[in-house]
Order: sequence, then C-alpha cells, then structure tokens
Amino acid sequence: MKILVLVKQTFDTEEKIRLQDGQVQEDGVRFVINPYDEYAIEEAIRIKEAGDAEVVVVSVGPSRSEEALRTALAMGADEAILADDSELFGDEYSAAKVLAAIARKDQYDLIIAGNQAVDDGSGQVAVRLAEELGIPHISTLTKLEVNGNEVIGHRDAEGDEEIVKATLPVLVTAQQGLNDPRYPSLIGIRKAGKKPLTHVTLADLGLTAEEIARKSEVVETFLPQPKTAGKILSGDLSQQVSELVTALHSVEKVIG
Amino acid sequence: MDFDFTPEQKMIRETVRDFAQREIKPIAAELDRTERFPIEIFEKMGKLGLLGLPIPEEYGGSGADFISYCLALEELGQACAGTALSYEAHISLASMPILHFGTEEQKKKYLVPLAKGEALGSFGLTENGAGSDAGGTKTTARLKGDEWVINGTKIYNTNGGYAKYVVLTALTDKENRGISAFIVPTDAPGFSVSKAYEKMGMRASNTVELILEDVRIPKENLLGPLHRGFRQFLATLDNGRVAIAALAIGIAQAAFDTALEYSKSREQFGKPISKFQSVSNKLADMAMHLDLARNAVYKAAWLHDQNRPYTKEAAFAKLFASETCTQTCLDAIQVLGGNGYMREYPVERHLRDAKLIEIGEGTSEVQRLVIARQLGC
Ligand SMILES: Cc1cc2nc3c(=O)[nH]c(=O)nc-3n(C[C@H](O)[C@H](O)[C@H](O)COP(=O)(O)OP(=O)(O)OC[C@H]3O[C@@H](n4cnc5c(N)ncnc54)[C@H](O)[C@@H]3O)c2cc1C
Repeated sequence: MKILVLVKQTFDTEEKIRLQDGQVQEDGVRFVINPYDEYAIEEAIRIKEAGDAEVVVVSVGPSRSEEALRTALAMGADEAILADDSELFGDEYSAAKVLAAIARKDQYDLIIAGNQAVDDGSGQVAVRLAEELGIPHISTLTKLEVNGNEVIGHRDAEGDEEIVKATLPVLVTAQQGLNDPRYPSLIGIRKAGKKPLTHVTLADLGLTAEEIARKSEVVETFLPQPKTAGKILSGDLSQQVSELVTALHSVEKVIG
Repeated sequence: MDFDFTPEQKMIRETVRDFAQREIKPIAAELDRTERFPIEIFEKMGKLGLLGLPIPEEYGGSGADFISYCLALEELGQACAGTALSYEAHISLASMPILHFGTEEQKKKYLVPLAKGEALGSFGLTENGAGSDAGGTKTTARLKGDEWVINGTKIYNTNGGYAKYVVLTALTDKENRGISAFIVPTDAPGFSVSKAYEKMGMRASNTVELILEDVRIPKENLLGPLHRGFRQFLATLDNGRVAIAALAIGIAQAAFDTALEYSKSREQFGKPISKFQSVSNKLADMAMHLDLARNAVYKAAWLHDQNRPYTKEAAFAKLFASETCTQTCLDAIQVLGGNGYMREYPVERHLRDAKLIEIGEGTSEVQRLVIARQLGC
C-alpha cells in the first residue's frame, strides 16, 4: 500500500501574530508541522508499522517547509516531495490543483491530511484534492481502520460519531484525538537527512500558471480588536430583554 | 566562520525542546520539592535515543555530534536542571570513558545498554579525602586470581542509587600512587549505596554514597591501562565540563526569560519596571553575559567535534558559564523582587540548582588552575 500524507508548515500555535504593512511577519517565528497534519503523519506511520506500506509526505510551501518534511521523515515517513516553486503558490484552489498533479504521478491507495491548517483554517485543500482526483473522502476522523481494501472511518460529527465505510483509494482527514503523535527518535532524525526529498516545479508537474491561478484574493489582513469589558444587563427580565434587543440592533448591529 | 547550526542539529534541539517542555518542565517544581528522581522520564528518554545521543550507532547510540549533545543539555537544563545533571552524568561521566578507553568487548557489554537507555550509568571519583585533589583516592583494587577485589567508599555519586554500572577509580599501586579505572556492576555482592543526600539544589538528581566491601569483579573489567586511570579521567572531565557548562546555559536562559517577561508586565510607579534604567541595564547585562557564555560553550564543543585540543576552552566555558549562571539567577531574583524569593516562581530553584555547577566537575578555583596551567604559569 502506498500512502500520501499532506503536510503544511505553520506558525507554532504559541506564537504571537505580528502585522507590518498588512503582512504577517515571519522573522524570529518558530514554525511547526500543522498539528492536524501531525496526526495524519502518525496515522500513516502506524499503518506502515502494522503492515506493509510506503509513506510519502508532500508539502506545497516555501523552502523553510523542508524542516517540517524532514521531521516527518524523522518520525518514520519514507520519502518527501516539496513543491517550493513560488509559481505553484496561490490559494486553496491552486494548492489542490498542484497536489492533484503530484498525486497523479504515482498510485496512492490512501491519502491522509489534517482536517485543517491552524494558520488559514480553511479546511478546504484536502477535500478539494479528493474532488480533483475523483475519489471519495471521509473527514475529521477520530479513528481509522484499514482492512485490505476496506476503510472504516469514525468521524467527529459535531460531538456525535458517524461511522463511514469506503473502499480504497480514499482520502481522509485527521481530527484531534485520532492518535498521540510520537516524538521523532534521535536516530530517526539522523536518518532523515539521508532519505529522499524531491523538489518539484511548475514545469516538472506539467502545469501552467493559468491552470492553477488563484480564484480568491486576500483583500485585507488585520488583527482582531482587543476584547473590551463586557456589559452586564440589570433590571427585571422584560427590561433586560428590551435593552438587549436594542443593543443588538443599534450598538452591535448584528440584527438589521 | 559559520554561526549557523546544521539542519540536523536544529531538529535535534527542537525535538528535545518539545520533549523537555511537555514532559519534564511541568513536573520540575514537584521533583525539586519532593527530591524525586524521575526514573520514568529516563525510560522515555531511553526510548527516544536521548541517553546515547553522542554515542556512535554501532554502540547503540544515536551518533550525533557533541554540539547536538550540548543543545540537548541546554534544553533539558531549561526544563529541569536536576534531571539534566543526571542525564549529563550518565553520558559524559559514565558512557564517554567506556567509549574512549573501553575494549571492544567492554563497549558491547556495557556501553550498548547504557546508550540504548536499558541501563543507567554513574561515575565515582570523589571520596572523603579526594575532592579537587583526585590523587587522594583511598579506595583500593587488588588483583586476586582472575578477579579484582575493591574496597572503599565513594561520596557525592550522581545516579548511584539507580545505576546498573558504575565507572570508578581505585588505587592499584600504593607506592607510586597508581590509580586505575574499573567498570563495576552495581548488583555485585558487597556493593551498596547510602540513602540519598539532602541537597540545596539539583534535587531531582539522585546523589548517594557508594560503599564497596570486598566487591569482586572480573579481571577484564579494568577500564583503560593499569595504574593510569587518573589521566583518563582528566580527559573525561574535559568533555564533561563543556556539557555541564551547556546545562548552566539552560538554567540561566530559563531564569533570564522569567525575569524579562516579568519586568515587562510588573508595573510600579505607573509603568512596567523594565522601563526603569536600573532594571533594564541589569537585563542588558544578563543578556550579554548569557550570549557570551553560550558562545564559549559552542566553541569548546565545536573544537571537540573537530578533534582539536580544547582543554583550555573547556575550562573557559565551564568557568564562565557557571559563574554567569549563578549571577543571572541572582539578578533574576532581584528583578522579581519578593516574588523572586518565593517558591511560587521558579527563579529561587534556578539559583539553588545553578550553584552546583560552580562546584561539580571541578570547582571554579580548579578551572582557573587548569587555565593558568595551560598558559604555562
Ligand atoms: C550534587 C553533586 C553531585 C556530584 N556528583 C559527582 C559524581 O557523580 N561523581 C564524582 O566523582 N563526584 C561528584 N561530585 C563531587 C564533586 O566533583 C566535588 O564536590 C568537587 O570536585 C569538589 O570537591 P570537594 O567537594 O571535595 O571540595 P574540596 O576539594 O575540598 O574544595 C573545597 C574548596 O577548596 C578549594 N580548593 C581545593 N583545592 C584547591 C586548590 N588547589 N587551589 C585553590 N582552591 C582549591 C575548592 O575550589 C573549594 O572552593 C558531586 C558533587 C555534588 C555536590
């Protein structure tokens, strides 16, 4: 079995976001593997350890993402692909197109991704990829069973659990709780440097800039307003209700 | 000149940082309070390959360079200095002498389990009459047939209560004060340990007395050449000094981080105390000393990795890093004021831990002697 794992390098969730001229500042920031992708990598390695599988990790992102891929290799993945040609960068639509071109170069039985990336939080890339490839997907898994050709996914459905069956090839996305990702072993880290890591470009993938051009535009980037003190309503119940309704209309303007 | 770490060194540091911050730091205050040696942490470190970090793969280690090992110590030291001290003793003091002076059989039999984390090691040099003056060793080893018979008492032994193997020194030639080194399994009849010392700091690390009464070990457990153990240990101490200096950097960094953050949030006279010059000047000095001490450690580690002489630089690093560490902790307490003196904040613990590094593996006075000797004085 051949497994492809989608990996994105994101800000450490403990980092403070700094903006300058509408751009998020990256200097001095600690980058980590997107936490949801860590579950995906761990799951793939467990499948490999339980049976016979080859695990390829792939990332679309700047060259610094190599660190994230090397960490995945240190955890136990076999091979890495890094699409760090800036011509390949765009939005979720572009990323899915690029990943589809990479996935088509081989025969993957199972594709595992994180449910979302903690930076953009769009939750779109993986499911778009399934659509591009014309394969089914099961999202937000908290448990995954693979028996031969059959896959059973337990998915987190807003607090309920949904059990979904599918046949390979399939794409699944990982939710928190799927597993407890391992630390890479020190020997694993030393071996990771020698495992194959291929860089791919727009030309390598036989794509054109038009085909993958972004469909969305970032209009503005801004930090959320700092929280101000709340207001506690007082008086009898009907008074509170009417005060609340007035505030929602005219102060918060959430009802028009 | 290149001040960058390799990708591998960076990844090792990140991994150890994650491990130390998630698994060790949350229990550091409790380990200090209860004087508990965290054996479960050592089991986890063993599985990760940390306990054999700078030991070659062929002997069960992870085969990383000395700089990586120092980075690991820095990270562990930031989380819990006592745990880091036991880790350092296991590698620098117990495993390294076997790597450098052991026979192939000794490495297979003793170094492999130590490096794989299946066994913990300790090192016994210090005795009542042999502290800074290791030549004052009174423990004796006599060859009887195919066995060495060892008698004596070793004090201040790090890891002794949990170790499976102890590397120790004993007199083998009384007339010429010939000292030799031995590998002693702690389950040998006649071997016992005292109850753990009550210490000022480094309380997560286990420190005991070793008592050897007619302990018999096979003839082939002699480590290195006969009567020349003393020289061997001087060589061991060089790498240990760099390692323990890296640990000092970790403690100092933790104290500095706490002080800096505190100074920005604590307000007096209507502004953060970091805006008062006497506080910010102190923080500037702390940052500068810490950076210079760190550079001294990396340089000594780099020389070691390049197989160049580094005795003087190892002493520079140990002396400067340990004294910087104590001063940084004192200053951090000062920046925190009354809170700095309280158990609720970690800096008083950092100070208690820091002080040991000016004593263990050669006192500051001895480091100055070593440096002066290197200068030909
Ligand atoms: C927590 C802890 C853990 C330890 N772990 C180990 C271990 O695992 N294995 C081990 O073998 N040992 C260990 N030690 C022992 C440690 O290495 C010694 O304490 C240290 O070398 C100093 O020896 P001493 O205590 O006998 O002091 P002394 O040698 O008696 O020194 C007392 C004072 O005299 C000064 N002094 C001595 N000689 C000179 C001189 N020639 N010139 C100038 N000043 C001098 C010293 O600098 C010091 O200030 C440990 C100690 C501690 C506290």
